Amino acid sequence: MRDGLPENHCFTSPRLRGAGGARGRASFVGAIAMIEKFISIEAIAKRYPGANGGEIAVFENLWLSMARGEFGCVIGHSGCGKTTVLNILAGLDQPSEGAVIVDGQAIEGTSLDRAVIFQSHALLPWRTVLGNVAYAVTSKWRDWDRAKVKAHAQTFIDLVGLTGAEHKRPSELSGGMKQRVGIARALSITPKIMLMDEPFSALDALTRGTLQDEVRRICLETGQTAFMITHDVDEAIYLADKIFLMTNGPGAVLAEIVENPLPKDRGRIDLHRHPYYYALRNHIVDFLVSRSKTFTAENPGHDPRNVLVARPGLGEPTIVPLPKAVDNSAQAIAR
Amino acid sequence: MTSSLRFRAAIVSIALFLAFVGTWHIATRGTGAVASMSPEYAKLMGLTATQGKSAMPGPLDVGSKLWEHLKRPFYDNGPNDKGLGIQLGHSIARVGLGYFLAVIVAIPLGFLIGMSPLINKALDPFIQILKPISPLAWMPLALYTIKDSGLSAIFVIFICSVWPMLLNTAFGVAAVRKEWINVARTLEVGTVRRAFTVILPAAAPTILTGMRISIGIAWLVIVAAEMLVGGTGIGYFVWNEWNNLSITNVIIAILLIGVVGMLLDQILARFARMVTFPE
Repeated sequence: MRDGLPENHCFTSPRLRGAGGARGRASFVGAIAMIEKFISIEAIAKRYPGANGGEIAVFENLWLSMARGEFGCVIGHSGCGKTTVLNILAGLDQPSEGAVIVDGQAIEGTSLDRAVIFQSHALLPWRTVLGNVAYAVTSKWRDWDRAKVKAHAQTFIDLVGLTGAEHKRPSELSGGMKQRVGIARALSITPKIMLMDEPFSALDALTRGTLQDEVRRICLETGQTAFMITHDVDEAIYLADKIFLMTNGPGAVLAEIVENPLPKDRGRIDLHRHPYYYALRNHIVDFLVSRSKTFTAENPGHDPRNVLVARPGLGEPTIVPLPKAVDNSAQAIAR
Repeated sequence: MTSSLRFRAAIVSIALFLAFVGTWHIATRGTGAVASMSPEYAKLMGLTATQGKSAMPGPLDVGSKLWEHLKRPFYDNGPNDKGLGIQLGHSIARVGLGYFLAVIVAIPLGFLIGMSPLINKALDPFIQILKPISPLAWMPLALYTIKDSGLSAIFVIFICSVWPMLLNTAFGVAAVRKEWINVARTLEVGTVRRAFTVILPAAAPTILTGMRISIGIAWLVIVAAEMLVGGTGIGYFVWNEWNNLSITNVIIAILLIGVVGMLLDQILARFARMVTFPE
């Protein structure tokens, strides 16, 4: 069945195919572990005590992985546990079960390797812009002297376009500027991963657009791995390489991973003119509108370890099971 | 607009003050009814009976006496006759010392209570019982154990000013926004540094509010405490002048207690403004 579909309808990673074809089977599995799983969320669950002594699981047995340099977006309705996933990834929250592995190491608590951009910007209001960024810098490099900290912080204030506002307090800044400081603070500690919890949802549409541009530019320039939660489908399409669709909670599952078929050098202005744009957008919106409610009932055989990968293309998007890496390479060789 | 409002408010304030002083003056002008009596007897009876003067001093009496005090605030003619400056100085010193001790105890302890739910729950019954005790109820116990009236007064100030600071510090520390704590956590800031760089600045306005309430209570209590322990201080002065039946001096003392209380409050208010941050 897969062979009958045009190339742009279903997805298998060309890089995997190439690697699999070039090397033997065993080395390829190893390569997957290294390349594909910079972040690996393995079988995590989060449960809260229920009303009558029982437990309510927000989600159970959730698996999710991302490669280095990738930009992942999670979309789902409120209450599906998106923020919980992000907090677990940040180390601010602990899973009831399961583990998170980042760069080959299971995470324990928070880390300067994983910077968080908060929805509410969370700037310290008694510090200036420079003070807020410098606070993060001194937290990472404790033995740096004042001048070095200041110069380093200034670099990142300049990067987010806040030059000249260093000595303002957060209360004197607009919402967009505050969030820029939040981004500068997160970037200033040169983290391995940037975690963003609906960072732009409190901003007006114009500011949001500008900041999306900034974040995309910075992530592309620095090869930053980023994990973001959003409600905004267009934001996900513009920013993400992979979009993780989650069903409604409680008992939420990661239903599908959507690979973004749009070119890497996409611009926000002509995004919607790309031939794949509407297929992608419709696919996500359809999921949010109808399938997010019924997915669990309609897919009793859903395997949380091998979540389906979709790559919407010119026609109707087709969902194919994520082939096991080894099978995939075998097929690729066969073809 | 604001200045004009302030100006109009000042006019109303002055008018109210003049009306009050005027009423006071008229009410204490004198009864006019003068009994005729022998000069020997009149000497015994005093001005009230002989010249119909009111027993309550009028504003002019108080004003001239106040001027006399202000000209010589620091004279010392022995234990029962000291200048008002000396008396107020003693009171302020006692309040300052007791209050300072209370700050040293209440703020660290409040931090502990605010940061640790266990300590909070464990200490809660003690605080709930100790807090409503009138500070003067401690006085006999303090006199018995400390065996020094001056130190007992300081202890009473300490015990009365400790509670508002303790509770406000604990509340302020416990109510620091989760997101600021999370910022510190994601930056791997240690507990001590977090306490000083995030929790203290965030809780400072609440702590200062507690300190401001405390200084007000301490100043209320010192007058009563000094009436009991005697010796020096503005509270002792009030009681001493009551025993002398010098209502003029009592009124002057009342006025000065109010002025000093206001100044103490304003000093704390200024500190509070320094640590308050706009959001």
